[in-house]
Formats: sequence, C-alpha cells, structure tokens
Amino acid sequence: MNCAEFEVLLHALIDGELDAGHAREVEAHVASCSACAEKLTSFRAMREAMSGAALKEVAPAHLRNQVEALLTPPTARVVSMRSFFKPTRRSFFGGFAVGSALSAAVAASLVLTVIRGDQEQAVADGIVSAHIRSLQAGHLMDVATSDQHTVKPWFNGRVDVAPPVIDLTAESFTLLGGRLDYIDNEPVAAIVYQRRKHVINLFVAQRLGGKHAGTVAESIQGYNVRHWSLGGLDFWVVSDLVGDELDEFVQKIAGALRPSSTS
Amino acid sequence: MANDAVAEQERMRRFRDAALPHLDEVYTLARYLMRNTNDAEDAVQECYLRALRHFDSYRGPAMKPWLLAILRNVCNTEFARRSRREVLTDYAQDELVTEEMPMWQEPQASPEKMMLQQQDSATIRRLVEELPEPFREAIVLREMNDLSYKEIAEVAGVPVGTVMSRLARARAMLRSAWNTTETATARPGSAAASGIAL
Repeated sequence: MNCAEFEVLLHALIDGELDAGHAREVEAHVASCSACAEKLTSFRAMREAMSGAALKEVAPAHLRNQVEALLTPPTARVVSMRSFFKPTRRSFFGGFAVGSALSAAVAASLVLTVIRGDQEQAVADGIVSAHIRSLQAGHLMDVATSDQHTVKPWFNGRVDVAPPVIDLTAESFTLLGGRLDYIDNEPVAAIVYQRRKHVINLFVAQRLGGKHAGTVAESIQGYNVRHWSLGGLDFWVVSDLVGDELDEFVQKIAGALRPSSTS
Repeated sequence: MANDAVAEQERMRRFRDAALPHLDEVYTLARYLMRNTNDAEDAVQECYLRALRHFDSYRGPAMKPWLLAILRNVCNTEFARRSRREVLTDYAQDELVTEEMPMWQEPQASPEKMMLQQQDSATIRRLVEELPEPFREAIVLREMNDLSYKEIAEVAGVPVGTVMSRLARARAMLRSAWNTTETATARPGSAAASGIAL
C-alpha cells in the first residue's frame, strides 16, 4: 500500500471503522512514515475541533409545530362530529328513558350523517392525495406555462367543464400551468399556482363534493383546504401555504369569477 | 369506518413516536444540503410527509438513516428540478473529480503548518457548506449526523469504499480551506473569542 491508499484508511482509523488487523497495519505504517503521522495528527485534531464545535442544528419551534401538525390525523372532522353528537345526545336523551324506537331512529339518522360525511371526506381526501401526488417529480403539470390563454384551451376536450384560468401574477400568485387529474375516478381540471415555494392546486369540476353556500375551510394532513361552489362549478384549493394567504388566494379567484367584477 | 380512523390514528402515532425524535438531525442535514433556512424547512416537511406515506413499507434500516435517506432524495429531487446539472450524486463526475485532483492538495507543509488553526463554529459551518457535493453530504452525515460508514453508504446509495474515499477527500478539502481561512478575529470579551483549543 502506498501513502495515498493509507490516507483513506487513516480516516477510517480516526472514525473507529477499521477492524483490528487493518488498524494495526495503519498504525505500523504511521509509525514509520512521518508524513502520514502528521496527517493523522492533523485530521484527528480537526475531527476533535468539529465535535467540540456547535455544528448541529436545532429545528426551529415553528418547523417542529408544522411537522407535528402534518403528523396529526385529520381529527378536525372527528372532533366536530363528536361535539355535534354529544350535546345532541344529551339534549335528546337527558332525563328520558330511551325507547328502542327512538334509538333506532336516531341510529338511522346517525348512519345517514356518517355516510354523507364520508362521501364528502372521500372527495376531500382525494383532493389532498391529488395535491401530494402532484408535488412528486414531474407530476405537477401537463401543460406548463404562465400564459392563461394557453392553459385554458388546453382543457378543451379533456374535461367536461371550461375551467376559469385567471392570471394572478400581479397578486404574486404565479400561474405555473394546468393538469388533468382524477378524483373519485372523475376527470378534474387542476390549475397550478405558486406563491414563493408553495404550490397551490386549484381543482375545478362540476360535481366535487357537496354544494356549499360559503367557503369551507379545513386542514387535512397539515394542508390547508378551501372549498366553495360558484356558477354550477365546485372549486377546491389545496396548499401548504398558511391559511391567511390561502384565503387571500381564494378571494382573488372568487372575486375574478364574479361577473360584476370582470375586468 | 370508525376502526379505519382509529387504525390511521394509531399508525400516525407510531410514526410520530419513531420519527419525530430525529427532527433536529433531519433539519441539520437539510440545512447543510439546501444551504438556506427556508428551503431546508420545506425539505424537512416534505421528508416527513413522504416518510409517513411509506411508513407501512418501512422495515428498516434504523429510523434515523431511513429518514435521512428520504430527506436526501427530497433535496435531490428539488435540485434536479432546479437544474439538471446540480444533482447531488453524479457517479461519473465523482470519479472524475477524484482522479483529477490529488488527495493532498497543499504543498508539503512544514510541521507547524500542519497544526490546525483555531476556527469558531460559524466559520467551520461555512467551510463545510462550501464543500462541493457529494463530499459535503458525506462529511455532514459522518460528523453532524454521527452515522457509521455503513449507514452513510445506505443513505447515499453507494458502496462503503466510495464513502471512505469521499470522506478522505472531504476532510482533505476541508482541512485545506480551514487553514487558508483567516481565523475569525477574536473580539475580546465576546463569545466569539472562545475558539477551539487544540
């Protein structure tokens, strides 16, 4: 072995990764080669200096909170259902001896509510899954352009709606492009925006969950989700953008969609 | 239906218990790979999301190298997206660099020159950040994340021999930069004055 080969082994010796046989071999070489001995001393000193220095990072508190939120099951619905059922139960049953007919009726209505919630939840989960899928390499866009007049016609014949494609560059929401996605086995138009590093997926379809009067806001798997209906279309917005900024985005989109404010 | 929700909550709880203790380690690697706070935080979040999705198929190795491997892939994907030329691991290029550059770059130094200068933590961090890939990744996994050679090989997806030569190159480059960098001027009485005694 020459000195260059020994030098690689010096590091393995310093790191305690050599078996006894090789360690003895390296030590024997170092004992007879002053150049390698100096290197060993020097690299050892550097390793000690590094282990004594503050080189490790501590995750900032807000990042820890965000990651913890990502790892918290989507309990928002469960909680709201519980808080909905518990007082109902109490107010219905409080002080009464519950007859089987009544409990059967209540059970039936419970099932109905649960099933409706599940369908809505399936769409919401599908939306979030589609969003996560889109973030994987090469899945974000089928048509990548910041030109709204390219994105909009691209959807012709691909989905059964003409999704509105709105340029919000002035509001610092950059239009990245469009994508054909599938949610609940239905083709859905996805229009992709970005603010800073945060991707926003705007999903548009005729029937995508229930119709709502206002905007429904929720958080699923750490993503902020907004859902509203307008002009016979259902709109879903998903992003890891903070809630306030996503609300701003929803307002811009919804504002641009209203005929009165068409520029 | 309720059972599914319970099972999902249980799965998430198990993942959280196993993965969250390594957050600082994951963030440390992210900071050194991405070299800025915002990108590092985004990479960490994406890493935990991906890890959660693949947790069902997780059979080892140990949780820490598994998470770090995912983090590294997240960063690689991001770099690949930004520029095809900036991908962390380029084996051919790696070998080329190894061949082209001598292991020991400095002119034969006198014994006192072989002594290591004192550098403060901020300077050492900067010197490590300035190392080119894949050498930076190797030394961070070793010195900051305390992985064994075998674990580094798993994370980087290369043989242990490659890890050894990368670490040797990384330390040679680091040491060279270390001794050619001006020692941070010690401000009397300030915390920065507490360099590393050798």
